[in-house]
Amino acid sequence: MSTPATPLLQVRDIRKTYGARIGCTDVNFDLYPGEVIGIVGESGSGKSTLLNCLAGHLAPDAGEILFNTRADGLKDTLKMSEPERRMLGRTDWAFVHQNARDGLRMGVSAGGNVGERLMAVGARHYGNIREQAIDWLDRVEIAEDRVDDRPGAFSGGMQQRLQIARNLVTGPRLVFMDEPTGGLDVSVQARLLDLLRGLVREMGLSAIIVTHDLAVVRLLADRLMVMKSGHVVEAGLTDQVLDDPQHGYTQLLVSSVLQV
Amino acid sequence: MTEERPGVETDAYNFAYLDEQTKRMIRRAILKGVAIPGYQVPFASREMPMPYGWGTGGVQVTAACLTPEDRLKVIDQGADDTTNAVSIRKFFERTAGVETTEHTTEATVIQTRHRIPETPMTEDQILVYQVPIPEPLRFLEPRETETRKMHGLEEYGLMHVKLYEDIARHGEIATAYAYPVKVEGRYVMDPSPIPKFDNPRLESPALQLFGAGREQRIYAVPPYSKVVSLDFEDHPFDPSKADHPCALCGAENTYLDEVIMDDAGGRMFVCSDTDYCATRQAEGHRGAQSAPFTEAAE
Amino acid sequence: MISVRNVAKTFTLHNQGGAVIPVMAGADLEVAPGECVALTGSSGAGKSTLMRMIYGNYLAASGSIIVGDVDVATAEPREILKLRRETLGYVSQFLRVVPRVATLNVVAEPMLAVGMERVAAEARARELLNRLRIPETLWELSPTTFSGGEQQRVNIARGFAHVFPAMLLDEPTASLDAANRATVLDLIHEAKARGAAIIGIFHDEEARARVADREIDVSRFTPRAA
Repeated sequence: MSTPATPLLQVRDIRKTYGARIGCTDVNFDLYPGEVIGIVGESGSGKSTLLNCLAGHLAPDAGEILFNTRADGLKDTLKMSEPERRMLGRTDWAFVHQNARDGLRMGVSAGGNVGERLMAVGARHYGNIREQAIDWLDRVEIAEDRVDDRPGAFSGGMQQRLQIARNLVTGPRLVFMDEPTGGLDVSVQARLLDLLRGLVREMGLSAIIVTHDLAVVRLLADRLMVMKSGHVVEAGLTDQVLDDPQHGYTQLLVSSVLQV
Repeated sequence: MTEERPGVETDAYNFAYLDEQTKRMIRRAILKGVAIPGYQVPFASREMPMPYGWGTGGVQVTAACLTPEDRLKVIDQGADDTTNAVSIRKFFERTAGVETTEHTTEATVIQTRHRIPETPMTEDQILVYQVPIPEPLRFLEPRETETRKMHGLEEYGLMHVKLYEDIARHGEIATAYAYPVKVEGRYVMDPSPIPKFDNPRLESPALQLFGAGREQRIYAVPPYSKVVSLDFEDHPFDPSKADHPCALCGAENTYLDEVIMDDAGGRMFVCSDTDYCATRQAEGHRGAQSAPFTEAAE
Repeated sequence: MISVRNVAKTFTLHNQGGAVIPVMAGADLEVAPGECVALTGSSGAGKSTLMRMIYGNYLAASGSIIVGDVDVATAEPREILKLRRETLGYVSQFLRVVPRVATLNVVAEPMLAVGMERVAAEARARELLNRLRIPETLWELSPTTFSGGEQQRVNIARGFAHVFPAMLLDEPTASLDAANRATVLDLIHEAKARGAAIIGIFHDEEARARVADREIDVSRFTPRAA
């Protein structure tokens, strides 16, 4: 596997404040194709604010987010026009919400949920759309005969897998995940993690995963950023940060969880 | 516009009820709608002397379009003689003094609820629709901020999700009325709850105006605009109708109402367009259950 | 192939009054291709710490750790990831994998990661699992459910799957029976024969004697009490 020279995403000096309060500040990192980066920290540490800034859901006060677009190379997504950014949001980018209900259309069948992104980019052949939806349901281990059921009839783990299928069907290159395993019981988490890891590997996805679960990042993330009070206090190789944490806060974080 | 007309019953009202400033505002919205076919133009809808849902949007558009020389026809589900149609016709007889008619061919302005007349429209006519919910994306995306953005950015994938759901659930596109269309290759529009049978006639020589009073929106389809009903390549649009001829006039190609005759399952299918049906009967056409010749109506 | 120069390591315990604990200083070590060096020293002398620093799992406080052409002590995370994928293998004492992944895939994974065809990778995985006497009936199951000895052998199969030019072995023969121990020693000999540079920790003295060319007592890198 050769190491591509151009990062997929370059984040420069991102800052977001809520009045006098800091959401996140001085965030810098590069994300290369195929890399998975984890962002950990306690509630209120700014990790979700950062993720929402990166994904274009929040407008940061300062900084640059350069994405390596297919057509024009590196472009600052903050300076893109809204149509351009939204187009990115349904083609090359994907966003997996913690609560599947936020990322799914609950009134629409599983097949329709998966097919929406295809139709959004112009697919107009019902048979093909359905075929691709069923293929994707299979890839996230949802049986074909559930294709016409609404997500409300699914378990929490299935809803989360459906959300992943819905997001990945258009073959994005960058996936943002906000606590993707939050609220799921442990055995379901393992299944989801395995699935995510497989998909990341197969599709060569890059991903940014926000979580407070260190076990999740150990299994999924190549690199880790630890956030506290809006600042990145430590960053590095995932296992290095977890096994030999340098910052006091990280040491506290690592020592306060059950052995992972 | 403000001059007194001899035909007006009372001078307590300005011509066609609305004050001139309001008409001006509505005409501006109409012009904008005509300039951007299918685009929903917000307007400051006024209180009208009838409840919402009775055609307050259509009435305001009609009022802003009427001139003293116009001849008005009002239909409700194709019929000239229903409460809604009669009361709106009376309203304009009284406040504008314009002539009214039940004949499509004689009318210059037709206000309609839920139908397009069967008789082909002409360039000299204006068709005004009463619209309850102008937003075709409403039931899939309840956020108005989001649907406006979707229109603005031409993000219409969601509309096909609805059709997809139809096919997944019913094996075919089961949407039978308010069937979404794309106007002039740009805006997706709800043609108000007309049956999809009428959709092909949205491409018309007449000017078509849509008024939604409660929702405060006006939109338009200018004459000869391209209006395409959305569909899938493998499930093309089908303007289906009940598989019967009209029981009164024998027409084979009209939109039919089902009329229950008794409590033993007896029923008949008749043209929903009463004027079209009556005209055909007057011309001598007969259906299976029409009255004998000798008792033909006046 | 592996060159450790003047490496020091301290742990700073920020949550215990900022106590700084020096655990290693002046560590020097060279391993040539085809050579196996055993780390010795009493428990707590720093064998595992040194090994983890070479793997990039612990951060060296100073000095340089050159593996191939990368200085692990200062490299960017993605350079270390690339090194681990292509050049530097590690057989730890514990198997850490996602539950639910089939054993065959666990073993094939390092080869797939460097772009080997799935068919070839799985063939090689089968061969290794056979050699290490993991019954075929277990191949489709997750190793997280296996006994300690079986997990250890899966770990070894995974570690030897890709032909790494440099390898770190942490107690590879612990908890193995005689037959499997012999297989592991064979694997180490084969790796040496094809030119791999190996650093190992072997409590099993006989095994150490059979594969190690040299021994380095890490207690000589223990910092003098200040």
